[in-house]
Amino acid sequence: MDFEAVVIGSSAGGLKALKTIILGLDKTFSIPIIVVQHMSPHSDSFMSRYFNQLSHLQVKEADEREPVRPSHMYLAPPNYHLLVEEDKTLSLSVEEKVNYARPSIDVLFESAAFAWGSRLIGIVLTGANNDGATGLKKITQAGGLAIIQSPETAEVPIMPISAIDNCPDAIVLKLEDIPLFLNKL
Amino acid sequence: METPLNKDYNATNLTQNIEIELLIEAIYKRYGYDFRNYNKAHLKRRILFRTAALGLNSISELQHKVLHENDFFDLILKDFSINVTEMFRDPGFYATLRREVLPMLRTYPYVKIWLAGCSTGEEVYSFAIMIKEEGLYERTQIYATDFNPISLETARKGIYPISRIKDYTANYQMSEGKQSFSDYYVAHYESVIFNQDLRKNVVFAEHNLVTDSVFAEVHMVICRNVLIYFNKDLQNKVVRLFSESLVKGGFLGLGSKENLMFTDVVEQFTVVDGKEKIYKKKII
Repeated sequence: MDFEAVVIGSSAGGLKALKTIILGLDKTFSIPIIVVQHMSPHSDSFMSRYFNQLSHLQVKEADEREPVRPSHMYLAPPNYHLLVEEDKTLSLSVEEKVNYARPSIDVLFESAAFAWGSRLIGIVLTGANNDGATGLKKITQAGGLAIIQSPETAEVPIMPISAIDNCPDAIVLKLEDIPLFLNKL
Repeated sequence: METPLNKDYNATNLTQNIEIELLIEAIYKRYGYDFRNYNKAHLKRRILFRTAALGLNSISELQHKVLHENDFFDLILKDFSINVTEMFRDPGFYATLRREVLPMLRTYPYVKIWLAGCSTGEEVYSFAIMIKEEGLYERTQIYATDFNPISLETARKGIYPISRIKDYTANYQMSEGKQSFSDYYVAHYESVIFNQDLRKNVVFAEHNLVTDSVFAEVHMVICRNVLIYFNKDLQNKVVRLFSESLVKGGFLGLGSKENLMFTDVVEQFTVVDGKEKIYKKKII
C-alpha cells in the first residue's frame, strides 16, 4: 500500500527514541515524517539542527503554510500546535494547550487523519502522559496504520500504555523494530 | 485500503467539510465576520469541539443554532478567537524591542503603537509596562484592537488568574524587565488586577483585520500569531494594511513563526531582527 505520510508523537525520552528511528531508516526512505516532541516553550531549534546532521532526510522546524514534501522531516516548533491542512500544507496555532501540551500530539494526529485518511501511519513513542492516545484512535478510524512503541522498550511507558488501551488493534513494536518496519513499506 | 469502516469515515469527513463551508458562509452573511480565508484545519477543530461539547449530532445542527439563537453566535466567535496569549510571550522579542527599536521611537515627539489582534489584553499590559520602563509612556498612544468585543472587555478590565503570574514573572524577567513585576498589579483572591495607570494611554477598539481598513497612522504595528490562521491571500491583504498604516521608518513586529518573506510587501521593509521577526518600513 502507498503511505503518504508518517506522524510521530513523543514526550519524555523522545529525543533518544527519535534518534534510534532516524538512524535506523534506509537511505531510500522518502515518505515525509511529521513529529511532535513535547518540550519547553523556550527551547531553541537545537533538535532540528541535530537531527538534520544525523539523517539523510531534510529535517527542519515546520513553517506555517509549508507544503509537506517527500524526504523531509518536520518538527513542531516549541509553544505552537502543528496541524496538517487537507491540501497537505502545514499550519500552526497558539490555541490552548491540549493534554497540558503545546504542541500536542492529538492535535497533529487528528488533523493528519483528516488530510491523509488511510494513507497515514501514526506512531506513539515514549512519554509520561496520555497525549497521542485519542489522536492515534482517530488515525485508525480513518483507516490509517497505528504503531506503538512497546512499553518495555520505552524510557517512560505511560504514553505507550495509554495508546495501547485506546487502540487495541495497533501494532506494538520494539523501538529498534519500528524503523525496520518502516523500511519495508 | 477501502475498508467499510474507512469508507464511512471518508463520507463523514466529506459531509463535515461541506457543512463547515456552509457554516462559515452563514456566519459571514448573517453576522459579517469573514472566516472564509482562514486556514481550515484550525476552524474544523474548533467547530467539531463545540459540536461535541454541546452533544449535537452534526455541524448542521450547530449552524441552526447560530442562525436562530440570538446569543449563541457569541460562543462561536469566542471559539474562533485566539484567546490564548500570555504576558511577555517570547521574552526575546521584548528584549530586542527594548534594545533595537524603542531607542529609535524615542526620537519622535509622540509615538502611536497599534497592537492588532490584542485578544484579552495580556500583550497590551506587557507593552504598557515595557514602554513605561523605557521612559516613553507619557508620549505614547496605544491602540489595542480585536474583532471580538468580549475579548476586548476582558482586556479593558486587566484582571487575570493569579495562577499565571509565576510564568508571566519569569517571562518579564527574561524580557529584561527593570523592576519587580509585582509592582504592576494587586493580588485579590484568585486574581490579579493590573494598575489603572497602565491603561491610561490605551484606546481599546473593535477592529476586524479581514474586513476593516486603515484607521490611523502609527509608528509601530505589533501583530503576533494572527497571520498564522490566514491563507496566503488574506495574509497579503493584512500586511498591506499594516504597511499602509505605518509611517516611513515605522516598525512591524510579527510572531516568531510569521514572516514577510513571501508576501507582497517584502520590498517595502528591511529586516531589523530576523529571529524575532521585527521589520522596518523603508524611508523611500
